[in-house]
Amino acid sequence: MEVRRFSHGSRVPGWDEAARLSRNPAEVPDPATTPVPDELRAEIEAEMAKFPDPRSAAIPALKAAQRLHGWCSPEAIEQVACVMRVTPAYLSAVATFYDMLDTDAEGDGYRRRVYVCTNISCSLRGGRELLQKLREAVGDAEDIQVRGFECLGACDIAPMVSVDGVYVGPVEESDIEELARQIREGSEPLPDKQLIKRPSVDPEANA
Amino acid sequence: MSLHLILKNIDEPGLNTLEVYRRRGGYGERMLKALRMQPEELVEELKASGLRGRGGAGFSMGMKASFMPKGTMDKYLVCNADESEPGTFKDREIIQKIPHLLIEGMIIAAHAAGANRAFIYIRGEYVQQADILEAAVKEAYEAGLLGENILGTGMSLELTVKRGAGAYICGEETGLLDSLEGKRGHPRLKPPFPANQGLYQGPTLINNVETLSTVPLIMEMGAEEYAKIGAEGSSGTKLVSVSGNVKRPGNYEIELGIPAREIIYGLAGGPPDGRRVKLWFPGGSSSPVLTEDDLDIPYDFNSLQKAGTMLGSGAIIVVDDSHSVVDVALWTAEFYRHESCGKCSPCREGTNWTMKMMRRIRDGMATPMDLDIIESICDNMLGNCLCALGDAMAMPISSMVRKFRSEFEEYIERAREANPVLSGTVAPDEAALQGAVL
Repeated sequence: MEVRRFSHGSRVPGWDEAARLSRNPAEVPDPATTPVPDELRAEIEAEMAKFPDPRSAAIPALKAAQRLHGWCSPEAIEQVACVMRVTPAYLSAVATFYDMLDTDAEGDGYRRRVYVCTNISCSLRGGRELLQKLREAVGDAEDIQVRGFECLGACDIAPMVSVDGVYVGPVEESDIEELARQIREGSEPLPDKQLIKRPSVDPEANA
Repeated sequence: MSLHLILKNIDEPGLNTLEVYRRRGGYGERMLKALRMQPEELVEELKASGLRGRGGAGFSMGMKASFMPKGTMDKYLVCNADESEPGTFKDREIIQKIPHLLIEGMIIAAHAAGANRAFIYIRGEYVQQADILEAAVKEAYEAGLLGENILGTGMSLELTVKRGAGAYICGEETGLLDSLEGKRGHPRLKPPFPANQGLYQGPTLINNVETLSTVPLIMEMGAEEYAKIGAEGSSGTKLVSVSGNVKRPGNYEIELGIPAREIIYGLAGGPPDGRRVKLWFPGGSSSPVLTEDDLDIPYDFNSLQKAGTMLGSGAIIVVDDSHSVVDVALWTAEFYRHESCGKCSPCREGTNWTMKMMRRIRDGMATPMDLDIIESICDNMLGNCLCALGDAMAMPISSMVRKFRSEFEEYIERAREANPVLSGTVAPDEAALQGAVL
């Protein structure tokens, strides 16, 4: 039986991209040569002002850039690095760590993010099948991200979905078509099943 | 008659607003009484109440506050609202419906700790809840409850809400501190503890949402009264999040020490009709699992520890007999492997290997020896990782493999028989071309 090898001949996977040794490490971007939209700059600087150490604004700054660019593209990271006066590598390290920051998208990224929980409590109630069916129902829209996600903290409405932060559930088979349509159109997802409107189930909470 | 301290009238309209909250006595006499006390007095009161951390570790809150050093340097109070432990959604209810309770608790705790700067680190996925929280903080600032010279008491506190971006390990207290500082959320070695070297290397008191939200209630009824509620070594009430195969999943406030059966069957309705409890996680997915035989255990810190598991965040996940334990173990392993930060080798490698082995079991590529290897890995990870995530994976997985060994072995056997390569229907190199890992 033939042993599978990678293109470089080894059985051990290498890096996806070889290190480009001929280039100098990227420095803090020069504001003179890095155009940053005024609104983005203002937003990032406001965040930086909230903390004793401005680097604490890394996550909110990257989120702001992601909202503008659709994802944390190299361009977005460069712009944030320019405002925050850090190297792009510093921000890449941060961006690649967190699930909500997309570093491997393309083009204009995503304008809608749909997270389907696939953790234990939701999987016990069909969360993984829901992910598959919802993906099929939403279809091939390039700017809509439908992905599985870890526990979103809404196990009481399992199986559940977060549509840009709006939690809906329990999502039954009969809801999938409607939810997919609402996702594609950008309209309010499943208004009757939104967590934010759900009262406590504790029998003595409102006694 | 059960006591509802946190969830009392929780759905009152507008409870998240300052006006309604104040009508209930919020930010009133109980807070002023606390702010007039000396910090040491306040710490003693918190110790006397027996309040134990509600985030997972269950460490005495008063004792943790007493570790803060004296001095005029910048001291930080951090609220851990990252709530990413699978099965846990109790803090979400507090933040969404009664955020001012948390803010009031933080003001009092900041006084006890001598902190002048406070942060609430809330997980990024709680978008709507974070919006509500930020609105409440704004209201508090406008009413002079935060900022300089709170209500003329001379105490000042700056409070900032910081949102996360999706990482379970940022719920680990030192991982949270690194993330708050604007880095990757890698945990730090303890000691030094956050009370000495925490946020920005300064003295930091870091507590869970529910722990801090309980502080005003303790001030109102008095530490002695609070200590009378609950069980030996576990005073007070607890919000328990019940989920999984139960009829009525949700948050329930219980007196610590009631039998687990009362929570799972009495409050949450038990598994669907015709189904039985196969296994249940008492404290989120990081706790060793229990079975149907353990349903009468008193639900409190000490009893669960004696039973070889833990209360943790107070999240009960119930699995009924319609599911295979192998599936549950696989989902658990996949979660920890995803969330491992990668800093220390035992966790980074151990979670990966365990997940791969679980997948091999599922795909019919495993032998019973894999179970011994899984147990050996878990054994080697326990106590040897930089933070508790390694233990959090090792404990439930090893408990499932131990308690359901025969089910695992039967599954392995059946899956091997169904495996096309092993049963000779598909040639190995053909399978490799199809992407199978052999």
